[in-house]
Amino acid sequence: MELLERFMRGEPEAFETLFRQHQAEVYGWIVRIVRNPALAEDLTTETFWRIYRAHARFDPARSFGAWARRIATNAALDHLKSASNEVELPSDVRAPAQPDSGAQAEMHAAITSAFRALPATLQVAATLSLVEERSQEEISEALGISTGAVKSRVFRATRLLRRKLQRMGFEP
Amino acid sequence: MNEMNDERFRQMLKRAMAPMPDAELKRDLWPRMLRRLDERPAHVPWLDLALLALLAILCMTFPGVIPGLLYNL
Repeated sequence: MELLERFMRGEPEAFETLFRQHQAEVYGWIVRIVRNPALAEDLTTETFWRIYRAHARFDPARSFGAWARRIATNAALDHLKSASNEVELPSDVRAPAQPDSGAQAEMHAAITSAFRALPATLQVAATLSLVEERSQEEISEALGISTGAVKSRVFRATRLLRRKLQRMGFEP
Repeated sequence: MNEMNDERFRQMLKRAMAPMPDAELKRDLWPRMLRRLDERPAHVPWLDLALLALLAILCMTFPGVIPGLLYNL
C-alpha cells in the first residue's frame, strides 16, 4: 500500500516516515515566518502533531508537502496571534550585515517594531512576499486564500507600516 | 514614482528584517515528536463507557441485581 494511504489509515510507521521526510522542509518554512530557530522547532512539532490528529482527513491524491505547509502556516499564524503583544525581536535574529549608522539603526529598529505590531495575518503575508520574496501562488496555497487576497494583505501591510513609521517620525 | 517608492520601501524592509542566516534544521526532531505523542491523555474507549452506562441503567431498573454484582466483583 502507498505510504500516504497507510498514513491516512493511521499507521504510526507511515507517520514516522513522513515526519522524517518532511521535517526539514516544514521547519524551513516556519523559520522564515517566525524568524526564530528554537520557536520554529517547537512549531514544527506542533505542526506534525496537528497532522497526526488530522490523518483521516488527508486526501492521498494530493501533495503531502503542500498540506503540511498549510498546516505549518496556520500553526505559525496561531503563534503570532497569541504573541501579538510581543514586539521585540527574537534574540537569535542576525543583525544586518552592513554596519548601520545611528540613524539607520534607529530606522531599522522602528521598522522591525512596526512590523511585529502588524496583525498576524498581514505579518505572515508581508514576510513571505516582501522579505522572503516567495511567489504569490506559493503564499496563497500556504495560507489557503486567493492570490488576490495575498496581494491585498501585502498592500494593507505596507500601508499600515508606512503609517506607523510616519507616526514614529520616519519618512519611509 | 509609486513603484519606485514601493521598491525602495521593500529594500528597506529587507535590510531591517535581516534574512534568516540558516533555515536548515540542525537536528532530528523525531525524539521530541515521540515525547509529544506520548503526552496524549489516556482516553476511555467508547465501548467501556457504553458498558458502564448499561450497568448503571441495569442497577437503577433492577436494584436487586446490585448484591449479585457486588458478590461477583
